Amino acid sequence: MKVLVPIKRVIDANVKVRVKADKSGVETANVKMAMNPFCEIAIEEAVRLKEAGTATEVVAVAAGVKQSQETLRTALAMGADRAILIETDVALEPLGIAKLLKAVTEKEEPGLIILGKQAVDNDNNQTGQMLAALLGWSQATFASKIEPEGDSLSATREVDGGLEKISLKMPAIVTADLRLNTPRYASLPNIMKAKKKPLDAMTPEDLGVDVTPRLTVVQVTEPEGRKAGIKVESIAELVEKLRNEAKVLP
Amino acid sequence: MSILVIADHDNASLKSGTLNAVSAAKELGGDVVVLVAGSDCGGAANAAAALEGVAKVLKADAPELGHGLAENIAPLVASIAGDYSHLVAAANTFGKNLLPRAAALLDVQQISDVAAIEAPDTFVRPIYAGNALATVKTADAIKLLTIRTTAFEPVAETGGSAAIEDVASTGDVGLSSFVGEELTESERPELTTARVIVSGGRGMQSSDNFAMLDRVADKLGAAVGASRAAVDSGYAPNDYQVGQTGKVVAPDLYIAIGISGAIQHLAGMKDSKVIVAINKDEEAPIFQVADYGLVADLFEAVPELEKELG
Ligand SMILES: Cc1cc2nc3c(=O)[nH]c(=O)nc-3n(C[C@H](O)[C@H](O)[C@H](O)COP(=O)(O)OP(=O)(O)OC[C@H]3O[C@@H](n4cnc5c(N)ncnc54)[C@H](O)[C@@H]3O)c2cc1C
Ligand SMILES: Nc1ncnc2c1ncn2[C@@H]1O[C@H](COP(=O)(O)O)[C@@H](O)[C@H]1O
Repeated sequence: MKVLVPIKRVIDANVKVRVKADKSGVETANVKMAMNPFCEIAIEEAVRLKEAGTATEVVAVAAGVKQSQETLRTALAMGADRAILIETDVALEPLGIAKLLKAVTEKEEPGLIILGKQAVDNDNNQTGQMLAALLGWSQATFASKIEPEGDSLSATREVDGGLEKISLKMPAIVTADLRLNTPRYASLPNIMKAKKKPLDAMTPEDLGVDVTPRLTVVQVTEPEGRKAGIKVESIAELVEKLRNEAKVLP
Repeated sequence: MSILVIADHDNASLKSGTLNAVSAAKELGGDVVVLVAGSDCGGAANAAAALEGVAKVLKADAPELGHGLAENIAPLVASIAGDYSHLVAAANTFGKNLLPRAAALLDVQQISDVAAIEAPDTFVRPIYAGNALATVKTADAIKLLTIRTTAFEPVAETGGSAAIEDVASTGDVGLSSFVGEELTESERPELTTARVIVSGGRGMQSSDNFAMLDRVADKLGAAVGASRAAVDSGYAPNDYQVGQTGKVVAPDLYIAIGISGAIQHLAGMKDSKVIVAINKDEEAPIFQVADYGLVADLFEAVPELEKELG
Protein backbone atom coordinates (compact mmCIF):
# COMPACT_ATOMS: atom_id res chain seq x y z
CA MET A 1 0.00 0.00 0.00
CA LYS A 2 1.26 3.42 -0.97
CA VAL A 3 0.69 6.25 1.52
CA LEU A 4 0.45 9.85 0.36
CA VAL A 5 1.21 12.60 2.91
CA PRO A 6 0.37 16.21 2.01
CA ILE A 7 2.49 18.64 4.01
CA LYS A 8 2.58 22.41 4.39
CA ARG A 9 5.39 24.87 4.99
CA VAL A 10 4.34 27.40 7.63
CA ILE A 11 5.88 29.97 9.95
CA ASP A 12 7.55 28.04 12.77
CA ALA A 13 5.06 27.56 15.61
CA ASN A 14 7.57 29.06 18.08
CA VAL A 15 7.84 32.37 16.22
CA LYS A 16 5.88 35.34 17.52
CA VAL A 17 3.89 36.33 14.45
CA ARG A 18 3.62 40.04 13.61
CA VAL A 19 1.02 41.80 11.53
CA LYS A 20 2.37 43.97 8.71
CA ALA A 21 1.98 47.72 9.15
CA ASP A 22 -0.03 48.01 5.92
CA LYS A 23 -2.50 45.37 7.22
CA SER A 24 -2.01 43.21 4.12
CA GLY A 25 -0.97 40.12 6.05
CA VAL A 26 1.61 38.89 8.53
CA GLU A 27 5.34 39.50 8.31
CA THR A 28 7.07 36.58 6.55
CA ALA A 29 10.37 38.21 5.52
CA ASN A 30 13.30 36.76 7.48
CA VAL A 31 10.96 34.63 9.57
CA LYS A 32 11.85 31.03 10.41
CA MET A 33 9.73 28.56 8.46
CA ALA A 34 9.09 24.92 9.32
CA MET A 35 6.88 21.96 8.53
CA ASN A 36 3.39 22.38 10.00
CA PRO A 37 3.55 20.35 13.27
CA PHE A 38 0.48 18.27 12.40
CA CYS A 39 2.14 17.35 9.08
CA GLU A 40 5.17 16.06 10.99
CA ILE A 41 2.80 13.78 12.87
CA ALA A 42 1.27 12.65 9.55
CA ILE A 43 4.68 11.84 8.06
CA GLU A 44 5.70 9.99 11.22
CA GLU A 45 2.58 7.84 11.10
CA ALA A 46 3.16 6.95 7.45
CA VAL A 47 6.80 6.08 8.09
CA ARG A 48 5.77 3.87 11.04
CA LEU A 49 3.29 2.05 8.79
CA LYS A 50 6.14 1.40 6.38
CA GLU A 51 8.41 0.21 9.17
CA ALA A 52 5.63 -2.13 10.31
CA GLY A 53 5.38 -3.56 6.80
CA THR A 54 1.87 -2.22 6.21
CA ALA A 55 2.92 0.51 3.81
CA THR A 56 5.23 -0.07 0.87
CA GLU A 57 6.02 3.50 -0.09
CA VAL A 58 5.58 6.94 1.51
CA VAL A 59 5.16 9.90 -0.84
CA ALA A 60 5.18 13.45 0.54
CA VAL A 61 3.53 16.22 -1.44
CA ALA A 62 3.51 19.97 -0.88
CA ALA A 63 1.83 22.74 -2.82
CA GLY A 64 3.23 26.23 -2.60
CA VAL A 65 6.28 28.35 -3.22
CA LYS A 66 9.59 26.89 -4.42
CA GLN A 67 11.01 26.94 -0.87
CA SER A 68 8.49 24.23 0.09
CA GLN A 69 11.21 21.95 -1.29
CA GLU A 70 13.03 22.39 2.03
CA THR A 71 9.98 21.12 3.88
CA LEU A 72 9.77 18.16 1.52
CA ARG A 73 13.46 17.40 2.19
CA THR A 74 12.64 17.30 5.90
CA ALA A 75 9.89 14.77 5.16
CA LEU A 76 12.38 12.70 3.14
CA ALA A 77 14.85 12.88 6.02
CA MET A 78 12.14 11.62 8.38
CA GLY A 79 11.70 8.58 6.14
CA ALA A 80 9.46 9.44 3.18
CA ASP A 81 10.67 7.75 -0.01
CA ARG A 82 9.77 10.33 -2.60
CA ALA A 83 8.47 13.88 -2.79
CA ILE A 84 6.32 15.96 -5.12
CA LEU A 85 6.32 19.74 -5.24
CA ILE A 86 3.38 21.51 -6.85
CA GLU A 87 4.96 24.87 -7.36
CA THR A 88 2.93 28.07 -7.38
CA ASP A 89 3.12 31.58 -5.95
CA VAL A 90 -0.67 31.78 -5.62
CA ALA A 91 -1.87 32.11 -1.99
CA LEU A 92 -3.60 28.73 -1.99
CA GLU A 93 -6.87 27.99 -0.20
CA PRO A 94 -7.95 24.56 1.10
CA LEU A 95 -10.39 23.96 -1.77
CA GLY A 96 -7.69 24.65 -4.37
CA ILE A 97 -5.20 22.50 -2.46
CA ALA A 98 -7.72 19.67 -2.22
CA LYS A 99 -8.23 19.84 -5.99
CA LEU A 100 -4.46 19.66 -6.57
CA LEU A 101 -4.19 16.72 -4.18
CA LYS A 102 -7.05 14.96 -5.94
CA ALA A 103 -5.15 15.23 -9.23
CA VAL A 104 -1.99 13.85 -7.59
CA THR A 105 -4.02 11.05 -6.01
CA GLU A 106 -5.40 10.02 -9.39
CA LYS A 107 -1.83 9.70 -10.71
CA GLU A 108 -0.29 8.06 -7.66
CA GLU A 109 -3.20 5.85 -6.57
CA PRO A 110 -2.34 5.63 -2.87
CA GLY A 111 -4.38 3.38 -0.57
CA LEU A 112 -4.22 5.86 2.29
CA ILE A 113 -3.72 9.61 2.58
CA ILE A 114 -2.63 11.06 5.93
CA LEU A 115 -2.84 14.82 6.41
CA GLY A 116 -2.49 17.09 9.41
CA LYS A 117 -5.78 18.09 11.03
CA GLN A 118 -4.91 21.77 10.79
CA ALA A 119 -2.26 24.06 9.37
CA VAL A 120 -1.25 26.41 12.18
CA ASP A 121 -0.93 29.44 9.91
CA ASN A 122 -4.51 29.93 8.72
CA ASP A 123 -6.03 27.46 11.21
CA ASN A 124 -8.50 26.27 8.57
CA ASN A 125 -8.92 22.57 9.40
CA GLN A 126 -10.51 21.82 6.01
CA THR A 127 -8.17 20.24 3.47
CA GLY A 128 -8.47 16.56 4.44
CA GLN A 129 -12.26 16.68 4.64
CA MET A 130 -12.44 18.47 1.27
CA LEU A 131 -10.09 15.98 -0.39
CA ALA A 132 -12.18 13.10 0.98
CA ALA A 133 -15.31 14.68 -0.53
CA LEU A 134 -13.70 15.25 -3.94
CA LEU A 135 -12.41 11.67 -4.07
CA GLY A 136 -15.55 10.13 -2.56
CA TRP A 137 -13.40 8.49 0.12
CA SER A 138 -14.03 7.85 3.81
CA GLN A 139 -12.51 10.17 6.42
CA ALA A 140 -11.15 9.82 9.95
CA THR A 141 -10.46 13.35 11.15
CA PHE A 142 -8.61 14.27 14.37
CA ALA A 143 -7.24 10.73 14.66
CA SER A 144 -5.30 9.67 17.74
CA LYS A 145 -4.92 6.03 16.65
CA ILE A 146 -5.23 4.22 13.33
CA GLU A 147 -5.02 0.53 12.46
CA PRO A 148 -5.30 -0.48 8.81
CA GLU A 149 -6.59 -4.06 8.49
CA GLY A 150 -6.86 -5.19 4.89
CA ASP A 151 -9.77 -3.42 3.22
CA SER A 152 -10.69 -1.43 6.29
CA LEU A 153 -9.14 0.94 8.75
CA SER A 154 -10.16 1.37 12.34
CA ALA A 155 -9.59 4.79 13.80
CA THR A 156 -9.93 6.51 17.16
CA ARG A 157 -10.90 10.17 16.90
CA GLU A 158 -10.55 12.98 19.43
CA VAL A 159 -14.02 14.52 19.69
CA ASP A 160 -15.60 17.13 21.97
CA GLY A 161 -16.89 14.61 24.49
CA GLY A 162 -13.90 12.24 24.52
CA LEU A 163 -12.93 9.55 22.04
CA GLU A 164 -14.86 7.97 19.17
CA LYS A 165 -14.05 4.78 17.29
CA ILE A 166 -15.04 4.38 13.66
CA SER A 167 -14.33 1.89 10.92
CA LEU A 168 -13.52 3.10 7.41
CA LYS A 169 -13.55 1.43 4.05
CA MET A 170 -10.19 1.80 2.26
CA PRO A 171 -8.94 3.81 0.46
CA ALA A 172 -9.27 6.35 3.23
CA ILE A 173 -8.29 9.83 4.41
CA VAL A 174 -6.90 10.35 7.89
CA THR A 175 -6.17 13.70 9.52
CA ALA A 176 -3.69 13.55 12.39
CA ASP A 177 -4.33 14.96 15.84
CA LEU A 178 -1.64 15.67 18.43
CA ARG A 179 -1.81 12.32 20.20
CA LEU A 180 -1.40 10.13 17.10
CA ASN A 181 2.34 9.87 17.74
CA THR A 182 5.44 11.84 18.66
CA PRO A 183 7.37 12.63 15.50
CA ARG A 184 11.05 11.74 15.31
CA TYR A 185 13.88 14.16 14.63
CA ALA A 186 15.71 13.48 11.39
CA SER A 187 19.24 12.23 12.05
CA LEU A 188 22.19 13.80 10.29
CA PRO A 189 22.88 10.72 8.11
CA ASN A 190 19.20 10.66 7.11
CA ILE A 191 19.32 14.36 6.26
CA MET A 192 22.27 13.61 3.97
CA LYS A 193 20.49 10.63 2.40
CA ALA A 194 17.36 12.72 1.85
CA LYS A 195 19.29 14.98 -0.51
CA LYS A 196 19.53 12.09 -2.98
CA LYS A 197 15.91 10.99 -2.78
CA PRO A 198 13.70 11.86 -5.79
CA LEU A 199 11.78 15.15 -5.71
CA ASP A 200 9.51 15.82 -8.71
CA ALA A 201 8.20 19.27 -9.47
CA MET A 202 5.05 20.22 -11.34
CA THR A 203 2.62 23.12 -11.50
CA PRO A 204 -1.15 23.47 -11.01
CA GLU A 205 -1.35 23.99 -14.80
CA ASP A 206 0.39 20.63 -15.39
CA LEU A 207 -2.34 19.06 -13.25
CA GLY A 208 -5.07 21.06 -15.02
CA VAL A 209 -6.32 22.59 -11.77
CA ASP A 210 -7.62 26.14 -11.36
CA VAL A 211 -6.45 27.42 -7.99
CA THR A 212 -7.76 30.99 -8.26
CA PRO A 213 -8.63 32.10 -4.70
CA ARG A 214 -12.30 32.52 -3.78
CA LEU A 215 -11.65 34.78 -0.82
CA THR A 216 -10.27 38.30 -0.78
CA VAL A 217 -8.33 39.34 2.29
CA VAL A 218 -9.72 42.76 3.14
CA GLN A 219 -7.28 43.35 5.97
CA VAL A 220 -5.24 41.62 8.64
CA THR A 221 -5.08 43.36 11.98
CA GLU A 222 -3.62 42.80 15.39
CA PRO A 223 -6.09 41.71 18.07
CA GLU A 224 -6.63 43.91 21.07
CA GLY A 225 -4.13 42.82 23.66
CA ARG A 226 -4.90 42.06 27.30
CA LYS A 227 -3.09 44.04 29.93
CA ALA A 228 -1.37 42.33 32.81
CA GLY A 229 -3.30 42.89 36.03
CA ILE A 230 -1.96 42.77 39.55
CA LYS A 231 -0.07 40.26 41.65
CA VAL A 232 -1.73 39.13 44.84
CA GLU A 233 0.23 37.95 47.86
CA SER A 234 -1.96 35.16 49.13
CA ILE A 235 -4.92 32.92 48.39
CA ALA A 236 -6.96 34.87 50.91
CA GLU A 237 -6.30 38.11 49.03
CA LEU A 238 -7.07 36.41 45.73
CA VAL A 239 -10.44 35.12 46.86
CA GLU A 240 -11.29 38.45 48.45
CA LYS A 241 -10.54 40.27 45.17
CA LEU A 242 -12.49 37.75 43.08
CA ARG A 243 -15.48 38.25 45.36
CA ASN A 244 -15.46 41.99 45.95
CA GLU A 245 -13.50 43.55 43.08
CA ALA A 246 -14.04 41.29 40.07
CA LYS A 247 -17.36 40.04 41.45
CA VAL A 248 -17.00 36.67 39.74
CA LEU A 249 -17.43 34.67 42.94
CA PRO A 250 -20.43 34.79 45.25
CA MET B 1 -32.58 35.16 2.30
CA SER B 2 -32.70 31.94 4.34
CA ILE B 3 -29.91 30.53 6.42
CA LEU B 4 -29.42 26.86 7.22
CA VAL B 5 -27.89 25.93 10.56
CA ILE B 6 -26.62 22.37 10.82
CA ALA B 7 -27.40 21.21 14.34
CA ASP B 8 -24.94 19.36 16.51
CA HIS B 9 -26.91 17.02 18.75
CA ASP B 10 -27.03 13.54 20.27
CA ASN B 11 -30.47 12.71 18.79
CA ALA B 12 -32.21 13.30 22.12
CA SER B 13 -31.08 16.89 22.66
CA LEU B 14 -29.04 19.70 21.10
CA LYS B 15 -25.38 20.32 21.86
CA SER B 16 -24.69 23.80 23.15
CA GLY B 17 -22.81 24.92 20.01
CA THR B 18 -26.08 24.79 18.08
CA LEU B 19 -27.43 27.68 20.17
CA ASN B 20 -24.43 29.81 19.23
CA ALA B 21 -24.71 28.81 15.56
CA VAL B 22 -28.38 29.89 15.49
CA SER B 23 -27.33 33.15 17.11
CA ALA B 24 -24.77 33.79 14.34
CA ALA B 25 -27.39 32.91 11.73
CA LYS B 26 -29.82 35.43 13.24
CA GLU B 27 -27.13 38.07 13.07
CA LEU B 28 -26.75 37.40 9.33
CA GLY B 29 -30.42 38.32 8.97
CA GLY B 30 -33.12 36.29 7.24
CA ASP B 31 -35.11 33.18 8.08
CA VAL B 32 -33.21 30.68 10.18
CA VAL B 33 -33.81 27.02 9.31
CA VAL B 34 -32.20 24.26 11.38
CA LEU B 35 -31.28 20.86 9.94
CA VAL B 36 -31.37 18.03 12.46
CA ALA B 37 -29.87 14.97 10.77
CA GLY B 38 -29.83 11.92 13.00
CA SER B 39 -31.43 8.65 13.93
CA ASP B 40 -34.45 8.73 16.22
CA CYS B 41 -33.74 12.42 16.50
CA GLY B 42 -37.24 13.64 17.38
CA GLY B 43 -36.03 14.96 20.72
CA ALA B 44 -33.33 17.09 19.13
CA ALA B 45 -35.73 18.29 16.42
CA ASN B 46 -38.27 19.37 19.05
CA ALA B 47 -35.54 21.19 20.95
CA ALA B 48 -34.50 22.97 17.74
CA ALA B 49 -38.12 23.99 17.04
CA ALA B 50 -38.32 25.61 20.47
CA LEU B 51 -35.22 27.78 19.98
CA GLU B 52 -35.74 31.51 19.90
CA GLY B 53 -35.69 32.84 16.33
CA VAL B 54 -35.93 29.56 14.42
CA ALA B 55 -38.40 29.67 11.50
CA LYS B 56 -38.36 26.02 10.49
CA VAL B 57 -36.72 22.71 11.39
CA LEU B 58 -35.78 20.10 8.81
CA LYS B 59 -35.63 16.64 10.31
CA ALA B 60 -33.74 13.92 8.46
CA ASP B 61 -34.25 10.76 10.47
CA ALA B 62 -32.47 7.60 9.29
CA PRO B 63 -30.16 4.99 10.87
CA GLU B 64 -27.18 6.01 8.69
CA LEU B 65 -27.37 9.59 10.02
CA GLY B 66 -27.20 8.51 13.65
CA HIS B 67 -23.60 9.16 14.57
CA GLY B 68 -22.71 12.33 12.73
CA LEU B 69 -20.82 10.49 9.98
CA ALA B 70 -19.75 13.17 7.50
CA GLU B 71 -19.76 10.69 4.61
CA ASN B 72 -23.55 10.32 4.93
CA ILE B 73 -24.55 13.79 6.16
CA ALA B 74 -22.48 15.94 3.77
CA PRO B 75 -24.35 14.74 0.63
CA LEU B 76 -27.66 15.46 2.39
CA VAL B 77 -26.51 18.96 3.30
CA ALA B 78 -25.24 19.56 -0.25
CA SER B 79 -28.55 18.35 -1.72
CA ILE B 80 -30.58 21.01 0.11
CA ALA B 81 -27.98 23.81 0.20
CA GLY B 82 -29.29 25.50 -2.96
CA ASP B 83 -32.22 27.00 -1.05
CA TYR B 84 -29.98 29.01 1.27
CA SER B 85 -27.63 31.99 1.22
CA HIS B 86 -25.51 30.64 4.09
CA LEU B 87 -24.85 27.32 5.81
CA VAL B 88 -23.67 27.68 9.41
CA ALA B 89 -22.27 25.17 11.90
CA ALA B 90 -20.43 25.52 15.18
CA ALA B 91 -16.62 25.26 14.95
CA ASN B 92 -16.58 22.21 17.22
CA THR B 93 -15.47 18.70 16.29
CA PHE B 94 -18.85 17.97 14.66
CA GLY B 95 -18.87 21.10 12.49
CA LYS B 96 -15.17 20.90 11.65
CA ASN B 97 -15.55 17.31 10.51
CA LEU B 98 -18.69 17.81 8.46
CA LEU B 99 -18.81 21.25 6.90
CA PRO B 100 -15.62 21.19 4.77
CA ARG B 101 -16.86 17.94 3.23
CA ALA B 102 -20.14 19.61 2.27
CA ALA B 103 -18.25 22.71 1.06
CA ALA B 104 -16.12 20.69 -1.35
CA LEU B 105 -19.22 18.92 -2.72
CA LEU B 106 -20.67 22.40 -3.39
CA ASP B 107 -17.38 23.80 -4.75
CA VAL B 108 -17.36 26.43 -2.01
CA GLN B 109 -14.37 27.75 -0.06
CA GLN B 110 -15.60 27.51 3.54
CA ILE B 111 -14.71 30.18 6.08
CA SER B 112 -13.66 28.57 9.36
CA ASP B 113 -13.99 29.83 12.91
CA VAL B 114 -15.81 33.10 12.18
CA ALA B 115 -15.55 35.46 15.15
CA ALA B 116 -17.47 38.42 13.72
CA ILE B 117 -19.84 39.14 10.86
CA GLU B 118 -19.04 42.40 9.03
CA ALA B 119 -21.45 41.93 6.14
CA PRO B 120 -23.28 38.92 4.63
CA ASP B 121 -20.15 38.19 2.57
CA THR B 122 -17.44 39.55 4.88
CA PHE B 123 -16.20 37.89 8.04
CA VAL B 124 -13.50 38.25 10.66
CA ARG B 125 -11.57 35.20 11.78
CA PRO B 126 -8.53 34.64 13.98
CA ILE B 127 -5.42 33.20 12.28
CA TYR B 128 -1.99 32.20 13.60
CA ALA B 129 -3.35 31.10 16.98
CA GLY B 130 -5.21 34.37 17.36
CA ASN B 131 -2.08 36.48 16.83
CA ALA B 132 -3.85 38.14 13.92
CA LEU B 133 -7.40 38.76 12.79
CA ALA B 134 -8.17 38.37 9.10
CA THR B 135 -11.16 40.06 7.49
CA VAL B 136 -12.11 38.02 4.43
CA LYS B 137 -14.71 38.54 1.74
CA THR B 138 -16.10 35.64 -0.23
CA ALA B 139 -17.29 35.55 -3.83
CA ASP B 140 -19.03 32.16 -3.45
CA ALA B 141 -22.79 32.13 -4.13
CA ILE B 142 -23.51 30.00 -1.04
CA LYS B 143 -21.44 30.86 2.00
CA LEU B 144 -20.37 28.09 4.36
CA LEU B 145 -19.24 29.17 7.81
CA THR B 146 -18.17 27.51 11.00
CA ILE B 147 -18.53 29.94 13.86
CA ARG B 148 -16.49 30.41 17.01
CA THR B 149 -19.05 29.65 19.70
CA THR B 150 -17.60 32.08 22.24
CA ALA B 151 -18.15 34.97 19.82
CA PHE B 152 -21.94 34.55 19.57
CA GLU B 153 -24.24 34.61 22.61
CA PRO B 154 -26.42 31.49 22.67
CA VAL B 155 -30.10 31.98 21.75
CA ALA B 156 -32.75 31.14 24.33
CA GLU B 157 -33.83 27.51 24.40
CA THR B 158 -37.46 28.47 24.56
CA GLY B 159 -39.77 30.93 22.87
CA GLY B 160 -39.82 29.43 19.39
CA SER B 161 -42.47 27.17 17.92
CA ALA B 162 -41.13 26.34 14.48
CA ALA B 163 -42.74 23.75 12.24
CA ILE B 164 -40.84 20.50 11.79
CA GLU B 165 -40.62 19.22 8.22
CA ASP B 166 -39.27 15.80 7.28
CA VAL B 167 -36.55 15.56 4.66
CA ALA B 168 -35.30 12.29 3.19
CA SER B 169 -31.81 11.00 3.85
CA THR B 170 -29.62 10.76 0.76
CA GLY B 171 -28.76 7.23 1.93
CA ASP B 172 -25.84 5.29 3.33
CA VAL B 173 -22.81 5.68 1.06
CA GLY B 174 -21.28 2.69 2.85
CA LEU B 175 -17.87 4.26 3.45
CA SER B 176 -17.72 4.38 7.22
CA SER B 177 -19.40 3.10 10.33
CA PHE B 178 -19.55 4.01 13.99
CA VAL B 179 -17.94 1.45 16.29
CA GLY B 180 -18.12 2.99 19.75
CA GLU B 181 -17.17 5.87 21.99
CA GLU B 182 -15.47 6.54 25.28
CA LEU B 183 -17.00 9.73 26.54
CA THR B 184 -15.51 11.48 29.53
CA GLU B 185 -18.06 11.09 32.33
CA SER B 186 -18.58 14.18 34.41
CA GLU B 187 -21.22 15.80 36.55
CA ARG B 188 -19.52 19.15 36.04
CA PRO B 189 -20.62 21.75 33.51
CA GLU B 190 -19.43 21.48 29.94
CA LEU B 191 -16.12 23.21 29.28
CA THR B 192 -17.37 25.43 26.45
CA THR B 193 -20.35 26.80 28.40
CA ALA B 194 -19.04 26.82 31.98
CA ARG B 195 -19.06 30.14 33.82
CA VAL B 196 -15.91 29.18 35.70
CA ILE B 197 -13.02 26.97 34.55
CA VAL B 198 -10.19 25.58 36.64
CA SER B 199 -7.41 24.52 34.29
CA GLY B 200 -4.22 22.61 35.00
CA GLY B 201 -0.93 22.27 33.15
CA ARG B 202 2.29 20.29 33.25
CA GLY B 203 2.94 21.73 36.71
CA MET B 204 0.26 19.36 38.07
CA GLN B 205 2.76 16.49 37.61
CA SER B 206 0.27 13.61 37.64
CA SER B 207 -3.32 12.63 37.00
CA ASP B 208 -3.75 11.98 40.73
CA ASN B 209 -2.83 15.59 41.42
CA PHE B 210 -5.42 16.68 38.88
CA ALA B 211 -8.04 15.49 41.39
CA MET B 212 -7.09 18.53 43.49
CA LEU B 213 -8.50 20.67 40.68
CA ASP B 214 -11.69 18.59 40.61
CA ARG B 215 -12.29 19.44 44.27
CA VAL B 216 -11.78 23.17 43.69
CA ALA B 217 -14.00 22.99 40.62
CA ASP B 218 -16.77 21.31 42.59
CA LYS B 219 -16.74 24.13 45.12
CA LEU B 220 -17.06 26.67 42.31
CA GLY B 221 -19.50 24.80 40.08
CA ALA B 222 -16.70 24.95 37.54
CA ALA B 223 -15.51 22.83 34.62
CA VAL B 224 -11.96 21.47 34.55
CA GLY B 225 -9.66 22.19 31.62
CA ALA B 226 -6.05 21.45 30.76
CA SER B 227 -3.10 22.50 28.64
CA ARG B 228 -1.83 20.33 25.82
CA ALA B 229 1.17 19.33 27.92
CA ALA B 230 -1.15 18.01 30.65
CA VAL B 231 -3.16 16.01 28.10
CA ASP B 232 -0.08 14.68 26.29
CA SER B 233 1.34 13.55 29.64
CA GLY B 234 -1.88 11.68 30.42
CA TYR B 235 -2.85 13.85 33.40
CA ALA B 236 -6.18 14.77 31.79
CA PRO B 237 -8.37 13.41 28.97
CA ASN B 238 -8.09 14.87 25.46
CA ASP B 239 -11.43 16.66 25.62
CA TYR B 240 -10.07 18.89 28.42
CA GLN B 241 -7.56 20.57 26.10
CA VAL B 242 -8.00 24.32 25.78
CA GLY B 243 -6.19 26.15 23.01
CA GLN B 244 -5.49 26.78 19.36
CA THR B 245 -5.98 23.13 18.51
CA GLY B 246 -8.33 22.20 21.35
CA LYS B 247 -11.37 23.99 22.70
CA VAL B 248 -11.94 27.73 22.70
CA VAL B 249 -13.50 28.98 25.93
CA ALA B 250 -14.49 32.36 27.35
CA PRO B 251 -15.83 31.92 30.89
CA ASP B 252 -16.35 34.69 33.44
CA LEU B 253 -13.43 33.25 35.40
CA TYR B 254 -10.51 31.15 34.13
CA ILE B 255 -8.04 29.91 36.73
CA ALA B 256 -4.78 28.66 35.14
CA ILE B 257 -2.74 26.52 37.51
CA GLY B 258 0.76 25.32 36.60
CA ILE B 259 0.29 26.55 33.03
CA SER B 260 3.08 28.64 31.48
CA GLY B 261 0.86 30.52 29.01
CA ALA B 262 2.17 29.45 25.59
CA ILE B 263 0.56 31.32 22.71
CA GLN B 264 -1.25 28.12 21.65
CA HIS B 265 -2.89 27.90 25.06
CA LEU B 266 -3.74 31.61 25.21
CA ALA B 267 -5.47 31.24 21.83
CA GLY B 268 -8.13 29.19 23.56
CA MET B 269 -8.80 31.26 26.69
CA LYS B 270 -7.67 34.86 26.34
CA ASP B 271 -11.23 36.10 25.79
CA SER B 272 -12.17 35.00 29.32
CA LYS B 273 -13.55 37.88 31.38
CA VAL B 274 -11.25 37.41 34.37
CA ILE B 275 -8.05 35.36 34.26
CA VAL B 276 -6.25 34.11 37.37
CA ALA B 277 -2.81 32.52 37.17
CA ILE B 278 -1.12 30.48 39.86
CA ASN B 279 2.47 29.68 38.92
CA LYS B 280 5.72 29.37 40.83
CA ASP B 281 7.68 31.14 38.08
CA GLU B 282 7.07 34.87 38.25
CA GLU B 283 8.37 35.22 34.68
CA ALA B 284 5.75 32.83 33.25
CA PRO B 285 4.03 34.48 30.25
CA ILE B 286 0.60 33.61 31.67
CA PHE B 287 1.03 36.53 34.08
CA GLN B 288 1.03 38.94 31.11
CA VAL B 289 -2.63 38.15 30.46
CA ALA B 290 -3.75 37.45 34.02
CA ASP B 291 -5.90 39.96 35.92
CA TYR B 292 -4.80 38.38 39.18
CA GLY B 293 -1.52 36.53 39.50
CA LEU B 294 -0.24 34.55 42.45
CA VAL B 295 3.40 33.47 42.45
CA ALA B 296 3.26 30.32 44.53
CA ASP B 297 3.82 26.59 44.61
CA LEU B 298 0.54 25.12 43.45
CA PHE B 299 0.84 22.22 45.86
CA GLU B 300 0.42 24.72 48.67
CA ALA B 301 -1.85 27.20 46.91
CA VAL B 302 -4.48 24.79 45.58
CA PRO B 303 -5.32 23.09 48.90
CA GLU B 304 -5.47 26.55 50.47
CA LEU B 305 -7.82 27.74 47.75
CA GLU B 306 -10.05 24.73 48.36
CA LYS B 307 -10.17 25.59 52.05
CA GLU B 308 -10.72 29.31 51.49
CA LEU B 309 -13.75 28.57 49.31
CA GLY B 310 -15.29 26.79 52.28
C1 LIG C 1 0.85 22.49 16.75
C2 LIG C 1 0.74 22.81 18.20
C3 LIG C 1 -0.51 22.92 18.76
C4 LIG C 1 -0.67 23.19 20.12
N1 LIG C 1 -1.92 23.31 20.63
C5 LIG C 1 -2.06 23.59 21.95
C6 LIG C 1 -3.36 23.76 22.54
O1 LIG C 1 -4.38 23.67 21.87
N2 LIG C 1 -3.43 23.99 23.88
C7 LIG C 1 -2.30 24.11 24.67
O2 LIG C 1 -2.43 24.31 25.88
N3 LIG C 1 -1.08 23.97 24.13
C8 LIG C 1 -0.94 23.70 22.79
N4 LIG C 1 0.32 23.54 22.29
C9 LIG C 1 1.47 23.42 23.22
C10 LIG C 1 2.02 24.74 23.73
O3 LIG C 1 2.96 25.23 22.80
C11 LIG C 1 2.73 24.49 25.09
O4 LIG C 1 3.75 23.53 24.92
C12 LIG C 1 1.80 24.01 26.19
O5 LIG C 1 0.66 24.86 26.26
C13 LIG C 1 2.54 24.01 27.51
O6 LIG C 1 1.71 23.48 28.53
P1 LIG C 1 1.97 23.86 30.06
O7 LIG C 1 1.87 25.33 30.20
O8 LIG C 1 1.09 23.00 30.87
O9 LIG C 1 3.45 23.33 30.28
P2 LIG C 1 4.80 24.13 30.52
O10 LIG C 1 5.05 25.12 29.46
O11 LIG C 1 5.85 23.11 30.79
O12 LIG C 1 4.53 24.96 31.83
C14 LIG C 1 4.37 24.40 33.10
C15 LIG C 1 4.25 25.55 34.07
O13 LIG C 1 3.97 25.05 35.35
C16 LIG C 1 4.71 25.80 36.31
N5 LIG C 1 4.91 24.96 37.48
C17 LIG C 1 5.61 23.79 37.56
N6 LIG C 1 5.54 23.29 38.80
C18 LIG C 1 4.80 24.15 39.55
C19 LIG C 1 4.38 24.19 40.90
N7 LIG C 1 4.71 23.22 41.75
N8 LIG C 1 3.64 25.23 41.31
C20 LIG C 1 3.29 26.24 40.47
N9 LIG C 1 3.66 26.25 39.16
C21 LIG C 1 4.39 25.22 38.70
C22 LIG C 1 6.00 26.17 35.62
O14 LIG C 1 6.57 27.33 36.19
C23 LIG C 1 5.53 26.39 34.18
O15 LIG C 1 5.21 27.75 33.94
C24 LIG C 1 0.48 23.32 20.93
C25 LIG C 1 1.74 23.24 20.35
C26 LIG C 1 1.88 23.00 19.01
C27 LIG C 1 3.25 22.94 18.42
N1 LIG D 1 -0.18 23.79 0.57
C1 LIG D 1 -0.35 22.53 1.01
N2 LIG D 1 0.31 21.51 0.41
C2 LIG D 1 0.13 20.25 0.85
N3 LIG D 1 -0.67 19.91 1.86
C3 LIG D 1 -1.35 20.88 2.48
C4 LIG D 1 -1.23 22.24 2.09
N4 LIG D 1 -2.03 22.98 2.89
C5 LIG D 1 -2.62 22.12 3.75
N5 LIG D 1 -2.21 20.85 3.50
C6 LIG D 1 -2.59 19.64 4.26
O1 LIG D 1 -3.85 19.85 4.88
C7 LIG D 1 -3.73 19.82 6.31
C8 LIG D 1 -4.75 20.74 6.94
O2 LIG D 1 -4.56 22.07 6.51
P1 LIG D 1 -5.68 23.19 6.64
O3 LIG D 1 -6.92 22.64 6.04
O4 LIG D 1 -5.13 24.35 5.86
O5 LIG D 1 -5.81 23.51 8.09
C9 LIG D 1 -2.27 20.13 6.56
O6 LIG D 1 -1.84 19.63 7.81
C10 LIG D 1 -1.61 19.39 5.39
O7 LIG D 1 -1.55 17.99 5.65
